[in-house]
Amino acid sequence: MTAIYAYFLTLPFAAVIEPHLPVLQVVVPLLCAPICVLLRHAKLSWLWATIVTWLVFFIALVLLGKVLAGGLIIYEIGNWPPPWGIEYRIDAANALVLVIITAIGAITLPYAKASVEKEVSEPRIYLFYLMYMLCLTGLIGITTTADAFNLFVFLEISSLSSYVLISLGGSRRALTASYRYLVMGTLGATFYIIGVGMMYMMTGSLNMADLATLLPAVDHTRTVLAAFAFVVVGLGLKLAMFPLHTWLPNAYAFAPSAVTVFLASTATKVAIYALLRLVLTVFGGTDLFNVTHISLMLVILAVIGMFAGAFVAIFQKDVKRMLAYSSVSQVGYMVLGIGLATAAGVTGSIVHLFNHAVMKGAAFMAVGAMFYVVGSVRLDDLAGIGKRMPVTTAVFLVAGLSLIGTPVTVGFISKWQLVQAAIELGWWYVAAGVLLSSLLAIAYVWRVVEVAYLQAPPEGAALRTEAPVSMLVPMIVLAAAAVWFGIDGDTTLRLAGEAANALMGAAQGGKP
Amino acid sequence: MQGIVDAFKPLHDLWLAFEAFMVGPGSPGLFGYWMVIALMMTGFYVVIAHDNLVKKIVGLNVFQVSVFLFYILMAKITGGTAPILAEGIKVYSNPLPHVLILTAIVVGVATTALGLALVVRIRNAYDTIEDDEIQAVEEEEDR
Amino acid sequence: MMHRKVVLRVVSKFLIPPILLFALYVQFHGDFGPGGGFQAGVIFGSGFILYAILFGVDTVKKVLPPWATRLMLVAGVLTYGLTGVAGLILGGNYLDYNVLAHDPVHGQHYGILIVELGVGTTVAAAMITIFNVFAGQPGGD
Repeated sequence: MTAIYAYFLTLPFAAVIEPHLPVLQVVVPLLCAPICVLLRHAKLSWLWATIVTWLVFFIALVLLGKVLAGGLIIYEIGNWPPPWGIEYRIDAANALVLVIITAIGAITLPYAKASVEKEVSEPRIYLFYLMYMLCLTGLIGITTTADAFNLFVFLEISSLSSYVLISLGGSRRALTASYRYLVMGTLGATFYIIGVGMMYMMTGSLNMADLATLLPAVDHTRTVLAAFAFVVVGLGLKLAMFPLHTWLPNAYAFAPSAVTVFLASTATKVAIYALLRLVLTVFGGTDLFNVTHISLMLVILAVIGMFAGAFVAIFQKDVKRMLAYSSVSQVGYMVLGIGLATAAGVTGSIVHLFNHAVMKGAAFMAVGAMFYVVGSVRLDDLAGIGKRMPVTTAVFLVAGLSLIGTPVTVGFISKWQLVQAAIELGWWYVAAGVLLSSLLAIAYVWRVVEVAYLQAPPEGAALRTEAPVSMLVPMIVLAAAAVWFGIDGDTTLRLAGEAANALMGAAQGGKP
Repeated sequence: MQGIVDAFKPLHDLWLAFEAFMVGPGSPGLFGYWMVIALMMTGFYVVIAHDNLVKKIVGLNVFQVSVFLFYILMAKITGGTAPILAEGIKVYSNPLPHVLILTAIVVGVATTALGLALVVRIRNAYDTIEDDEIQAVEEEEDR
Repeated sequence: MMHRKVVLRVVSKFLIPPILLFALYVQFHGDFGPGGGFQAGVIFGSGFILYAILFGVDTVKKVLPPWATRLMLVAGVLTYGLTGVAGLILGGNYLDYNVLAHDPVHGQHYGILIVELGVGTTVAAAMITIFNVFAGQPGGD
């Protein structure tokens, strides 16, 4: 990372651009997105979107390098000093999340080209890339901003564009899935601004760092208590925390494959980051954590979610939907880390955020490739797919093993970290829950493996029909990353540890 | 002109009496906030309870409007005027929540437009906009 | 259609120019009094929408074809964004208006005027597009 930062500094104009990187991260995709409307051409807009997202990915890497080298980066929009102006603030936590979402955004686009041409009608393709870039803008914005209301604006930018992206899916079910997500998502975002409004009432500030210092003085009031509840429930809706997850399975199952890959690995992750930021940094100095028993609630919901998601996934006939329910279960692990509220727990949460993005991205890419070739991802139609599409199925197998948490894959690293964190607190039941729910993951992954490798392909099915290379390469890269970071877990754990320190340390500094 | 104003005086007095009853003497009180909660719950109820997809959007709108009202109420300062610089005025309302809520209104408009557009396409695809009928069709498909 | 509703046709023809003019007033007076890009855009758009209600969406599309509204949408967003970038190039932070002119007060003035113009353009185009799309639905007239 620091090497990339050093390389960046050798580029021309680097000294001029360098201080503005935090805002360019958001502005570049935002201003480049409308150009797609002018291009109105499927291939050109794909090319444009690809260039832009890779550029953004590069900026994110440079920012992470800069943060690791020099610590917190603060950027004041319009030169208005905080708390009056909007401030962008990048520390180890959001730099890491930025790299995750831009990496997934960048690697999905080469994959998307063939997949989108197959699943979205030609005249709408430019719209797809427009919305894709806007969604990326929104997600990056949520991650960069240090202003509670600005976060809402970016939340809505990303949500509105993801509703459109989901509705572009082929079947009519995509429309209803998108509609239900729209209703739930809007409720969630509105809950969030109610919470922000109440915080503003009590403190007169919207800047997160400022709120963190002002809130402890008023944390005994009912208004702040209500604000806390509204914020947690609102963001809980966006991140599909267990009882609020109902929008997720259909939205993922009926969206175009590329959208599923992108949203599954980024949207919920960013919402989890927002929850971490709000709960640990903004409310970190207050006493609300103990008053509300939020830890216990989050842990209970997380454990129920882990089991319920995995359990329902076992009975799905559609592989895409099965993975969507598996996401509900995996979100449970991340929420669990927040609920543990120790440095180790939050580290586990963040590392799982990264790992889940990698493995779920690979899994959904593999399923999307199967859809591309077979035209359906129902289990019945995938008989013998392991012989017909050996590479794709192998990628799915690696991702599946990682979802289970087998050693040598990324899934193991994060689950191990979470189990350790739970044991550290003496919560044996929770640690056992993590392990038992992994057994359920074996069941649903096994169902696909059984169909793919042990059943004969249907009569007359073409042998060895892989997806195009442009789809294979991204998924192989992600699968390789899932193994690489599974063997070398230290890098991600160290980064996640620093991120956790940044999130929780800000709270310590915020104490009066 | 004065005649018309006088004609409405009894009505105005009645309103003042009602307001005083709800609010209590002396302070602006929490009347507005009660209205916010009433609106919020109305909207929320409509979103949850109605099967008609358009009515759900209407409910969502009412729900959002209650939040707009909430922000505007918190910006009001007793005796404050519109936040425009002028001679001889010392107390202004807080303009910031107004600006914030302008943003939220824009977001609300976009959400409503998108929601209604989806309803139009759902109607074209399913020939109905009743949620329970759509769910019945979808459960049939899932089987 | 409205071929026989003479009153509506005549009144609307009287009303639409003042509506558009008022929109421009709200737009450009926005930094002295209440107003601004969003309100102006909505008023401006409502002029076209009134026309569309009375004379049909197709007639409006002759005046303002879909490519024009699309162009307005993009131009508005870019006006806003590029104003920010201009501040950045001139040595300030993003959306820093102080550096747009020789002294900060003028800079703020120009900045907010251009940005609000961008907002107004986009909002007007968005309103007209939303109406046209909904009213243009088959069986929706």
